[in-house]
Amino acid sequence: MPDPQKVGQSVLAALAEYNEAENAQVTPEADTVLLGPGGAVDSLGLVRLVMIVERQVEDDFGVPVSLTDEKAMSQRNSPFRSVGALIEYIAAQLGEPR
Amino acid sequence: MNPQRVMLITGTRKGIGRFLVERYVAQGWSVVGCSRGKPDWTLAGYEHFEADVADEKAVKALFLALRKQHGRLDALINNAGIASMNHVLLTPIATLQSILSTNVVGTFLFCREAARLMSQDKRGGRIVNFATVATPLKLEGEAAYAASKAAVVSLTEILAREFAPFAITVNAVGPTPIETDLIRSVPKAKMDALIARQAVPRMGTMEDVANVIDFFLRKESDFITGQVVYLGGV
Repeated sequence: MPDPQKVGQSVLAALAEYNEAENAQVTPEADTVLLGPGGAVDSLGLVRLVMIVERQVEDDFGVPVSLTDEKAMSQRNSPFRSVGALIEYIAAQLGEPR
Repeated sequence: MNPQRVMLITGTRKGIGRFLVERYVAQGWSVVGCSRGKPDWTLAGYEHFEADVADEKAVKALFLALRKQHGRLDALINNAGIASMNHVLLTPIATLQSILSTNVVGTFLFCREAARLMSQDKRGGRIVNFATVATPLKLEGEAAYAASKAAVVSLTEILAREFAPFAITVNAVGPTPIETDLIRSVPKAKMDALIARQAVPRMGTMEDVANVIDFFLRKESDFITGQVVYLGGV
């Protein structure tokens, strides 16, 4: 299992890049809602954010990750519901055997 | 980041894929390619990966390596494709699945991963898919192949819209029969009948295909997207 703190740093770095690139203001905190009612990103924003997060995590951990696998898209508790949920989901995915 | 423009071509071990590698390396591109097997040739300026285009893990690993090494992707040519000439009543389901896997899943995967990489910077990119005249000509005996390429046309048209915000164009070239392994098993009479249905009744050449790709790749073609150009006047 990867260090959740390191995963968190990756995601926060990606959020900073997203904010800068999109001139957005997604608060880099665990309880920030990403998608859905009161969410910080719209559907196109989510596409862009997913791409940036995947790239950042790949850079930091050296392995390809996919935030759009079937599990993520079908989860009742979507990993995109909050920044914290996203960090947990990525940490779990990185911890899975490859 | 590689200062050269970087192009990724699928299905480069032989045929049109190899031809395109040689052409674009000669034009100064840094070219990366893939096929299931290892090619029996090498070329300075070309780097080969062994990967099945429909294997998501292998494709993602290829793109990760490409990004680490080059840091950019300017063009993707989705050339890899397979065909099987057979009456539907004589077509095993495994053949259909194999054709759909390489032609549709492979194209989808490479478009998706390429768009992720291309969208990293403001330059965007160019994606060129491979359609076929077998689809508009509704060729008997090519149902599975033509249907798979019809799916590629749909992907091309829709991805053009989905990727437009990232300055990525998505177009397709639809070749006529060309002297490659893909049509080796097609009887001559069938081939002659097919060619007779074209406005310009001759076999296509690899240069004909490259000519259309060149057009899609041009910097000035940033307003051309979601288009399918069929060769031979089909």
